[in-house]
Amino acid sequence: MSSGMPLLAIVVLPFIGSLVATFLRQDARNGAAFLAGTIAFCGAVLTAAQYPAVGNGRVLHAGIEWIPSLGLNFTLRMDGYTWLFTMLVTGIGFLVALYARYYMSPADPVPRFFAFLLAFMGAMLGIVLSGNLIQLVFFWELTSLFSFLLIGYWHHNASARDGARMALTVTATGGLCLLVGVLLIGHIVGSYDLDKVLASGDLVRGSDLYLPTLILVLLGALTKSAQFPFHFWLPHAMAAPTPVSAYLHSATMVKAGVFLLTLLWPVLSGTEAWFYIVVSAGLCTLLLGSYAAIFQQDLKGLLAYSTISHLGLITLLLGLGSPLAAVAAIFHTINHATFKASLFMAAGIIDHESGTRDIRRLSGLFRYMPITATLAMVAAAAMAGVPLLNGFLSKEMFFAEAAAFHVDSLLDQSLPYFAMLFSAFSVTYSLRFIHGVFFGPPAKDLPRIPHEPPHWMRFPIELLVLVCLLVGILPAMTIKPFLSAAVHAVLGPETPYYSLAVWHGFNEPLLMSLIALTGGIILYWLLQGYLAKGIEGPPLMRRLKGQRIFERLLVELSWRWARSLERLLGTQRLQPQLRLLVAFAVVASLWPLYRQGLEAGSRPATALDPAFLMLWIVGGICAIGAAYQAKFHRLAAMVLLGGAGLVTCITFVWFSAPDLAITQLLVEIVTTVLILLGLRWLPKRIETAGEDVTMGTQARVRRMRDLMLALAAGIGMSLIVYAMLTRPLPDTISRYFIENAYSEGGGRNVVNVILVDFRGFDTFGEIVVLAVVAITVFSLLRRFRPAPESVDAPEQQQLQDAYDTARPDRAVGDTLADYLTIPSVIMQWLFPVIIVVAIYLFLRGHDLPGGGFAAGVTMSIALILQYMAGGTRWIEARLRIRPIRWMGLGLLCAVSTGIGAWVFGYPFLTSYFQYVELPAIGKVPAATALLFDFGVFSVVVGATVLILIALAHQSLRTPRAARPGIPAPPPVALKEEA
Amino acid sequence: MNELVFAVAVGILTASGVWLLLRPRTFQVIIGLSLLSYAVNLFIFGMGRLQVGAPPVLENAEAIDPALYADPLPQALVLTAIVINFAMTALFLVVLLASRGLTGTDHVDGREDT
Repeated sequence: MSSGMPLLAIVVLPFIGSLVATFLRQDARNGAAFLAGTIAFCGAVLTAAQYPAVGNGRVLHAGIEWIPSLGLNFTLRMDGYTWLFTMLVTGIGFLVALYARYYMSPADPVPRFFAFLLAFMGAMLGIVLSGNLIQLVFFWELTSLFSFLLIGYWHHNASARDGARMALTVTATGGLCLLVGVLLIGHIVGSYDLDKVLASGDLVRGSDLYLPTLILVLLGALTKSAQFPFHFWLPHAMAAPTPVSAYLHSATMVKAGVFLLTLLWPVLSGTEAWFYIVVSAGLCTLLLGSYAAIFQQDLKGLLAYSTISHLGLITLLLGLGSPLAAVAAIFHTINHATFKASLFMAAGIIDHESGTRDIRRLSGLFRYMPITATLAMVAAAAMAGVPLLNGFLSKEMFFAEAAAFHVDSLLDQSLPYFAMLFSAFSVTYSLRFIHGVFFGPPAKDLPRIPHEPPHWMRFPIELLVLVCLLVGILPAMTIKPFLSAAVHAVLGPETPYYSLAVWHGFNEPLLMSLIALTGGIILYWLLQGYLAKGIEGPPLMRRLKGQRIFERLLVELSWRWARSLERLLGTQRLQPQLRLLVAFAVVASLWPLYRQGLEAGSRPATALDPAFLMLWIVGGICAIGAAYQAKFHRLAAMVLLGGAGLVTCITFVWFSAPDLAITQLLVEIVTTVLILLGLRWLPKRIETAGEDVTMGTQARVRRMRDLMLALAAGIGMSLIVYAMLTRPLPDTISRYFIENAYSEGGGRNVVNVILVDFRGFDTFGEIVVLAVVAITVFSLLRRFRPAPESVDAPEQQQLQDAYDTARPDRAVGDTLADYLTIPSVIMQWLFPVIIVVAIYLFLRGHDLPGGGFAAGVTMSIALILQYMAGGTRWIEARLRIRPIRWMGLGLLCAVSTGIGAWVFGYPFLTSYFQYVELPAIGKVPAATALLFDFGVFSVVVGATVLILIALAHQSLRTPRAARPGIPAPPPVALKEEA
Repeated sequence: MNELVFAVAVGILTASGVWLLLRPRTFQVIIGLSLLSYAVNLFIFGMGRLQVGAPPVLENAEAIDPALYADPLPQALVLTAIVINFAMTALFLVVLLASRGLTGTDHVDGREDT
């Protein structure tokens, strides 16, 4: 669409500029400022060019499709209201860039500042122009992030860091609430598209979810706009460089909250909940802010509290829910941005030229900087609502609305009085700003002699003050068409009649204005004595510090709670974690048991086989014995563990699972070898007599608790298993496997067909895991450092070596080599036999129990036996085993078998089979699954051997490191491979 | 009644395994994990119910009656579990050895309880 490009450019240009600015040189102050100014200016011009269309009430759209199926697209839209806001963001952005060029010190990394500023501008424009609510929230959080960076720009300054962190915590938390609120709106409306949402006001207000939605959205808006009780972050954000305050805290960041409230005004407002929440928040903010502003000693602090109170005013107006109040709110948003930006800049100039912002030290500056003083006076007068300035017009509207009738309640009736009080307070603090700084006796001990700033630094203020004056004196000729377009965009057909004139006759609002003006002057005169004392903080609420509550909350949340939670669930200690895990598992499995009941099922029970009972009496004793002995008698525990494993293995045979039995038996062997190899590196643990007596009560309680937990888990498992075994087997996919194993997979051993054919992809995953584990073990052991007391050769070997040294006819190591000669000869002779068994198991695997897994483990046992028989050096001098190549070959084989199916146009790992007639052997099944199974075999051999050899090598390495005198043995195969 | 024996057996293995899992020494935890994996393997295997003399190896490939064979699916699951379990034991053993070398203790937390 033709109108799309400019909108996109407005949002995207600042981000591009930000990126460019990050690549500028540290000292490129002029370049960066020029870049930022140009981009903001271009944005303003592009925006202005859209006015003819927008002014006619059209809504411009632009978008890029992202996930159309989910209704998530990058969309931009611009109506009269957002046009006005875009103008404000880009226009004031340009002035701030110009101002910052002079404000920032050449010593600071200025390009970074402008990069943040531009990115912030882009994010703000993103909020304003978003046509999609989710996208709006995204940009919303982006502004929080960039405001954090901007506030913390002088990061060497502790208060800047604290202020930035606080602003981020408060506004980003609000942003999260907003996100949830927006999701709720999307749920209610069925779309996140802003046009659709704006058209569904009645639907949203009528929804059951209206109240939570409202509260969540308000939490987002009120935190952003620093509304009570979240106002405390704004004064602390004043640690930012002044251009940032002038931009973020007048026209953009804090305005995002009221922008959102105005934007969603047609959707959310008009209910009692809206009225009470928003009006109370606005009223509290307005009074507290203006009251606190009077007593600030820091110029920027005064402006910050005044900003809070003016935002409260806008919030209050929006809360009233009447169209006229909304007009006033929009109008005041613009007016406040102009006079507050200029005041912040003036405060920055004062700080810059005199070296301090403390009102107690500043005095009589008029004679040094008359032009700046005059400009500041006009802007402050606009803030106080003096006639002929823009602030007066929107304040009159506010008074008129405050006096009008909305909801019959005490809150509504008291509004006019609060409004006058607020107005009087703002007169007082404006007077304090002007009188305290520019008048009175000349200041004595200023860090610098103040003087007028460079002209171009003052220019932005001049321009803004000019706007204040023009809008204030000639509203109908200046702001009226733009305001009218904005109001129409928000209110649509509800747009009320309003008049923008300086003189409406002598009416109620004017009377209120006069009372407030005189009241404010009198109050200032009365407070002179108190203010001269220079006491920090406002009276009556000095103790009430939002910041302190916030910090205490943070300490509680991020320190105390986090610490106790970490103590409870942290990863520092394994035992409590496992305890929790087991306890949770026990409790979680209780739930279905409770629902299904535990009584025995209907499946006919088999007759008790006494042999099976005997078998498990042995098995149970082995298991309990292993548990009992594992602490002090590791070898015994290992043997008992093997016993339990064997009984498990026999159970598999018993109940028709020969494949499992074979695999279990073989794995049992390698596991035993593995643990035996590891035992050597564990510390000695000797049972001292009477340890049980000395054991503390705490340890006893812990053991008791663990025993209970273990018993609960065991009994629970027993119950579940029994309940399961006595119920009939439901019809599962197994039927399909059995029926089709032969016809589709070409194998009679259904388990093997499942592994290599039906579920080949799963098996492929398993062998990959196996290979990964083996390589992990290998690399962990390459950097292995044993504990010092385990470095020496084992006791038996030491004795053998001592015997050799004592006998002149023997060389060291002879006894070790002769040790267990006969078994080792048998083991060596068995090598070919076991290999044949492995091949046999492998080949018959498709039709009879066996297969790649079992064959692989058998093969690795053959190799390990050679290591045990001859010793590591002996075997490696004769046989190069390259486990990593075995694994690589296996994986390659498995993958290529799978890919082979693609070649023939079938899905990955589809198998093909037929019988092949081999001479002398006969008919041999030749399925492609056999190739895959070979891959499994090869990976299993490689992985098992790699793990065991890597561990076995440790006893070679360490004595060498400990005794450097002995010549190093020839490099072993493993090392070369690595 | 073989079911009852089987169920109690799984329970004993689980209880011993869990007890060891909660002990402070790494070797105890390794043994515990192995016992627990026996229990879990038997448990999964038991999903196919207990049948004597009916291994899932087809005898007559022409007329197949699924009722004559034990459930092959849990067996296939357990078969890979056995091998993976070996890998897990190996990995854990090596981690505990490395941790013992680095920290000088075989306590699971890498430091003695105070």
